[in-house]
Amino acid sequence: MSLFEARNVSKQFGSFKALDNVSISVPEQCIYGLLGPNGAGKTTLIRIINQITGPDTGELFLNGKKLMPEDVLSIGYLPEERGLYRKMKVGEQALYFAQLKGLSKAEAMRRLKYWFKKLDIVDWWGKKVEELSKGMQQKVQFIITILHEPRLIIFDEPFTGFDPLNANTIKNEILFLRERGATIIFSTHNMASVEELCDNITLINKAQTILEGSVDEIRRNWAANEYDLVFNGDVKIEENGQYQILKQESDNGISTIRLKTTVTIGTNEILNNLMKSGTIVSFNPALPSMNEIFIRVVESKN
Amino acid sequence: MNKVSVIIKREYVTRVRKKSFIIMTLLAPVFMASMVVLPTLLMLNKDKQFKKIAVVGDGAVVFKNAITNTKDAEYVYLDNVDMNDLKKNFQQAGYYGILYISPEVSTTPNAIQLFSKNQPPIDLLEHIESSLEKEIERQKLLGYNIKDLDDILKSIRTKVSVQTIKIDDSGKATETSTGIAMAVAYIGGFLMYMLVFMFGAQVMRGVIEEKTSRVVEVIVSSVKPVQLMMGKILGIALVGLTQFLIWIFLTAAIVGVVKTTVLKKSSVGVVTQMIPQSVMADNQLQQTTGTTSANKPAEVNPQLAEVSKMFDNAMNQDWLLIITSFIFYFITGYLLYASIFAAIGSAVDNETETQQFMLPVTIPIILGLFVAMGTMQNPESSISFWFSMIPLTSPIVMMARIPFGVPYWQIAVSMVIMIITFLAFVWMAAKVYRTGILMYGKKSSWKEIWKWLRYSG
Repeated sequence: MSLFEARNVSKQFGSFKALDNVSISVPEQCIYGLLGPNGAGKTTLIRIINQITGPDTGELFLNGKKLMPEDVLSIGYLPEERGLYRKMKVGEQALYFAQLKGLSKAEAMRRLKYWFKKLDIVDWWGKKVEELSKGMQQKVQFIITILHEPRLIIFDEPFTGFDPLNANTIKNEILFLRERGATIIFSTHNMASVEELCDNITLINKAQTILEGSVDEIRRNWAANEYDLVFNGDVKIEENGQYQILKQESDNGISTIRLKTTVTIGTNEILNNLMKSGTIVSFNPALPSMNEIFIRVVESKN
Repeated sequence: MNKVSVIIKREYVTRVRKKSFIIMTLLAPVFMASMVVLPTLLMLNKDKQFKKIAVVGDGAVVFKNAITNTKDAEYVYLDNVDMNDLKKNFQQAGYYGILYISPEVSTTPNAIQLFSKNQPPIDLLEHIESSLEKEIERQKLLGYNIKDLDDILKSIRTKVSVQTIKIDDSGKATETSTGIAMAVAYIGGFLMYMLVFMFGAQVMRGVIEEKTSRVVEVIVSSVKPVQLMMGKILGIALVGLTQFLIWIFLTAAIVGVVKTTVLKKSSVGVVTQMIPQSVMADNQLQQTTGTTSANKPAEVNPQLAEVSKMFDNAMNQDWLLIITSFIFYFITGYLLYASIFAAIGSAVDNETETQQFMLPVTIPIILGLFVAMGTMQNPESSISFWFSMIPLTSPIVMMARIPFGVPYWQIAVSMVIMIITFLAFVWMAAKVYRTGILMYGKKSSWKEIWKWLRYSG
């Protein structure tokens, strides 16, 4: 069952169409990628989910029920443009946002202590935000987003501004949150992290959905009948009736080749033929990167 | 509602804790009280230097001892001195100045001249003038050969000062003072202008801060934009009220302390001289009991008496009405302007962009201030009346009118108009705000804002 669902959502600003009949369905405990080029309408959709703006048409459901104003308490949102009061102290600020999300002061305090300790920023409690490095601010903002233990969390570019170490910490926290039952909508331009984290995605371009489904399926379907082949040594192979060569390169005594089978024959037969050309190190079904898919899909639509 | 109170609390606490707020709150009453107290202290503390004055001229003979020595000045009569010599040497001789009296003094008013190095203080001149006037008067009277002239003169001497007394519909009379009414009107109108503008601008700055730091996006994912706007406006309103009440309290305390210490100490018997009737009674008393107390009222500094009277009259202003209507007009006027300021803040990306919107908002405030100043000359004029009804100017103008007395129905009508208008403005501002805070990089204009006004949720 899907935890969150948007059905046929449209939104227009003046003559500009920001969303045109977009639907998404986010399964429970899923990490759901919301992708798309700049200005595609992602932020508008996120704002609609957060009830910051309302859709012109379309319906929204949380946990099978129509989305209600009080549902903001079960949603956490980390906007792309981080926002904290610069002159306010970190601890006070975190308490303030927690209270706006309906936590009592005592409860917020208890949870904040836990999280500040976990992310190793206890010493920053009494500092003003403007004294913090960007990464530190990000951590504070991350805690603020998840403190009220929302069922649905929306992360818009959660890794920008982090060094690899901290980015890894945050990644692990996101996975941990999912394990504990949270459902996550994840908007990013970093396709490597999509491959790493996302179960499902929706790709929006010019206000419309152009691709959706599970990441694995998309990658597999996108490159049906394509294989990656690695030889030891400088090897060159020719196309024949069984396959086409898509890519071929040699470097440092290793040759990488991508080919696409053109007839429906078993991979063993092809391998038999190829083995004559040299020593095969690996043979895998090709999985195009999400990056490739993103570029090709969006370009084909433009 | 609970969330709004969380927002109000933050807006309030972060501002009240600021150093600038604490300094302003404590210093302003000192400043305001000093405006009241300083003239008094100056009066008490005036030029105390002892002055010796040479009285010369052919007319001086007649006025020998007519000008009495005071504790500040001594008058020395010199016969047969050369005027030019004296003019050159009077300072070396230890004189402050030369008073020249020509013989035609009783017929020509300009026959008396005072030469001095420095501009002589007004008290000195007044003393000389009144002494000579009295002496001339006495000598002229003497010419009529009236018996017991001195006694008659003593008994007819009367001090007059016009008292203004307001009578309300029930016939209750209170002593008032036009000067005090003007001062209260001025302070009330100006303070209103300052507070509305100052705290209204704070709302705008707060909104811009939230917008540029993008905090707003986080907050509106938890609360409705209207809640955020109202929380901010109300929080800052409480800051303003806190400051105003502390100001009132501290100013009253400072003025009170000064009144009871400085004034009481140096003005014994002020009250007896204050009211003409009691002076008359005093004089009658003097006649029967002799001259023991005869010079007692004369010793009292008359200016000090006036100041003391001013304080008493100030107390007779309808402070309850003034303060309650001030608070009412501050709250509604502030809400009106603060909501406009909030809408402007939401429409721009930074503070420099606000200018094109600020001008149309500033004009009514400044206009209100001008009309308020004019109101002090002519509190009943129709301009004052209408501007105290128009909601954008009424807080300032009405505060300038109230000390002079305004019919209750006018205050009521003005307040009702005020309430309706501020509700309408808050409603409109909320619509603009809701759209504006999430718009970035768009050049905002009045046309754009008009469009936002008509956007649906």
